[in-house]
Amino acid sequence: MDFWPERTVTEPLLHIDRLTKRFGGVVASDEISLSVPHGELHAIIGPNGAGKTTLIGQLVGEITPNSGAIRFNGRNITATPTYRRSALGLARSFQITSLFLDFSVLDNVALAVQAHAGHSFRFWRPARAEKALRDPARAALARVGLAERADVVVSRLSHGEHRQLEIAMALATRPRMLLLDEPMAGMGPEESARMVETLRELKRELTILLIEHDMEAVFALADRITVLVYGSVIASGSPQEIRANAEVRRAYLGEDSAPVIGHG
Amino acid sequence: MLLLIEQCLNGLQFGLLLFLLAAGLTLVFGIMDLVNLAHGSFYMLGAFLAATFAAWTGSFFLGVVLGLLATLAVGMVVDLVALRRLYGRNHLDHVLGTFGLILFFNELVRLIWGPAGLNLTLPAWLNTSVELLGGIRYPTYRLGIIVVALAVALFLYVLVMRTRIGMLIRAGASNREMVGALGINIKLLYTLVFGLGAALAGLAGVMQTPILTAQIGMGENILILAFVVIIIGGIGSVRGAFIASIFVGLVDTIGRAFLPDLFKLVLSSAAASTAGPALSSMLIYFLMAVVLVLRPEGLFPVAGK
Amino acid sequence: MNAVLTVRGLVIIALVVALALVPLYVVLAGNYFPLTLFTRIVILAMAATSLNFILGYGGMVSFGHAAYLGIGGYAVGIVAFEGVYSGYLQWPLALAASALSALVIGALCLRTRGVYFIMVTLAFAQMVYYIAVGLDRYGADDGMTIYRRSEFGGIVDLSNKIVFYYVCLALLLGSIYLTWRLVNSRFGMVVCGARSNDRRMRAIGFPTTRYRLTAFVIAGSMCGLAGALLANHTEFMSPAVMHWTRSGDLIVMVVLGGMGSLFGPLIGAVTLLVLEEVLSDVTEYWQIIVGPLFLLVVLFARGGIDGLLAGANRD
Repeated sequence: MDFWPERTVTEPLLHIDRLTKRFGGVVASDEISLSVPHGELHAIIGPNGAGKTTLIGQLVGEITPNSGAIRFNGRNITATPTYRRSALGLARSFQITSLFLDFSVLDNVALAVQAHAGHSFRFWRPARAEKALRDPARAALARVGLAERADVVVSRLSHGEHRQLEIAMALATRPRMLLLDEPMAGMGPEESARMVETLRELKRELTILLIEHDMEAVFALADRITVLVYGSVIASGSPQEIRANAEVRRAYLGEDSAPVIGHG
Repeated sequence: MLLLIEQCLNGLQFGLLLFLLAAGLTLVFGIMDLVNLAHGSFYMLGAFLAATFAAWTGSFFLGVVLGLLATLAVGMVVDLVALRRLYGRNHLDHVLGTFGLILFFNELVRLIWGPAGLNLTLPAWLNTSVELLGGIRYPTYRLGIIVVALAVALFLYVLVMRTRIGMLIRAGASNREMVGALGINIKLLYTLVFGLGAALAGLAGVMQTPILTAQIGMGENILILAFVVIIIGGIGSVRGAFIASIFVGLVDTIGRAFLPDLFKLVLSSAAASTAGPALSSMLIYFLMAVVLVLRPEGLFPVAGK
Repeated sequence: MNAVLTVRGLVIIALVVALALVPLYVVLAGNYFPLTLFTRIVILAMAATSLNFILGYGGMVSFGHAAYLGIGGYAVGIVAFEGVYSGYLQWPLALAASALSALVIGALCLRTRGVYFIMVTLAFAQMVYYIAVGLDRYGADDGMTIYRRSEFGGIVDLSNKIVFYYVCLALLLGSIYLTWRLVNSRFGMVVCGARSNDRRMRAIGFPTTRYRLTAFVIAGSMCGLAGALLANHTEFMSPAVMHWTRSGDLIVMVVLGGMGSLFGPLIGAVTLLVLEEVLSDVTEYWQIIVGPLFLLVVLFARGGIDGLLAGANRD
């Protein structure tokens, strides 16, 4: 489908190099380095306050790092504005649901399609009648199982449906890579299971960076896992390696709400 | 040279009056997240009330003190009756609601005091001038304004930075729930802060009155200048408001005093007399535009906001 | 089509028909005052419609919209003062001047958000006001009389008050239609999306600021055209047109009628200005009633009159 130029074959899709962000005296990202090759589902885990959200913020361009570099698809995007990163194929779903609440489900996704369908200085034709926007939007909704809810106003969706819609919107931008910020937060077991299924499907076609608290889901889905504690990477490897890693166990057992790694 | 020093003092004095308004505005915004357009109404009410009380009692100081207490009370009543219902609403609601209050207060003043302004006569000993270093004579009263406003600024600094109530104010600004959870009556705190802001605005109005007389709508133009101060200083920051106020006061006063003459050096006198006043009144807005380009958050943004 | 046959649809149709019939009433009754009042209402409704585009749909709370009314009006007034009466020059100039000012002011204001935006738009409008006050040649504080209305080479005669009224009404309906096309276009989707969630819009790939700025400029020029009409209507221009309370009035019209509703600003303008007219007959101190009324609208009728009408239909 996509043709990758020669150089990107050897280079990972996402490469983070010694990324550092300080807020006053707090080091939220401490020389974080990691790479995500094409096709991988890479999960980032870590206790609360590990700096996961700060990392995502830097990846999407809402937070400017103090030093270090982010390379995406062969180019340095460290100083690229948010909307252009999206145009390059880096799509993000939000941890806190932040949809357009007064629009319909389909309108939300169509807007995401529109974002990548040329400029929007088109002042006259009704956008809601444009097949070029509506059809891909319906397709994205179908992929996350929300097709029947297309005409509902977003504020009436359930929490789980919000999350599905988040992903549909990210998909609608036809990304190379999906950044998922806790897609399962606040979901019941049934909704979580459905989300795991959706992600398993998406994983076949997309590179995904997943930040998630739900260890069961992470260990079920991830090809590789990076563990972040107090802003630094303490371990990175396959799910088996992470399970066996002593330092990771220590970091997690120190936490009150530590999920027991190894039984996931 | 003498003129320049005199104008600098005038600018300082004007800037400090601006600060009294801006401080109340920025406190109310920083703590209650409320945009209060009617803040200028307290400036006006303070002036009218003080002038009235001074006429009744025959004493300048009694009039001023009673006028301020009355403004404080009006401020608290306004908070209790109207603004309390606006907390937590969006800013457009604040703007509209307080815009309504301005119309109300302007009309109320016209109803009570009539369309003509009121004078507040200075006691004889204040209506003099003192000799400063270098032989400059400067009106005692204007010097008094500078001293009083500086004292108030110091008082605010101590209040906000050094006292328990100031700690609550700062905590309330960043963490409303926490202050509520500590068992502090946050609504009462808000009403007190609002009353304090009203009294500060009233004080500015009172002090301006012997120079300019009390007029309906007198608080509106100066309120917009106070907005400019806040934009330049950074919203919610009392320190930013202080520095920006003095800056704006100086630039505006000195600009108005000297820019027209400066233009006469370069332009024909007809062109200069047209462009001069217009441009000197634009000066602080240019300043604001520059700040917006360089630092949209203002010069002293409140950390973590 | 039964979407039209709601309480709300009927009220809007009745209102537009009534506006179209005002001249008939005036001629039959031989009383020209209502025509003057309603010409003013229609012009200000157009200004409010332009504000609604950025405020109601775009979420940009501009507290300086009257500035464009003044800029458009002064463009006409100044050109007329210098002896040129052609509307073909005056009106495009009014549009260009207001568009250009909106571009500069908007570019600065849109660097800020939320409450800053409100204060900055207010401050810049105040600056424009002071510029007008400083225009000694054009009457400064006192303003200037415009001795002849814009001339359109015999095609339309604006000095005929009834013709002028219909020109204003047509332009008002035209701007409502334009707003309708705009908000439903791709452009409008972006502007509305940025109101709803600007951060998300950036995350999915929209450089929102340039769309918002374009909307700001469109609204500014639409309001500038209303200003050109106002100058022709009053045959007078003074800084008072741009006084900051005029900007407040425009916001009140939008909110009172219903934000983000096509006919809301018209409904709001009619309501507010007729109310003022009625109240000022009753008491000299009518603002003492209107002021608290605004507060009540804010507290209890957030959707404005249009929202109430839409609600009435649901019951």
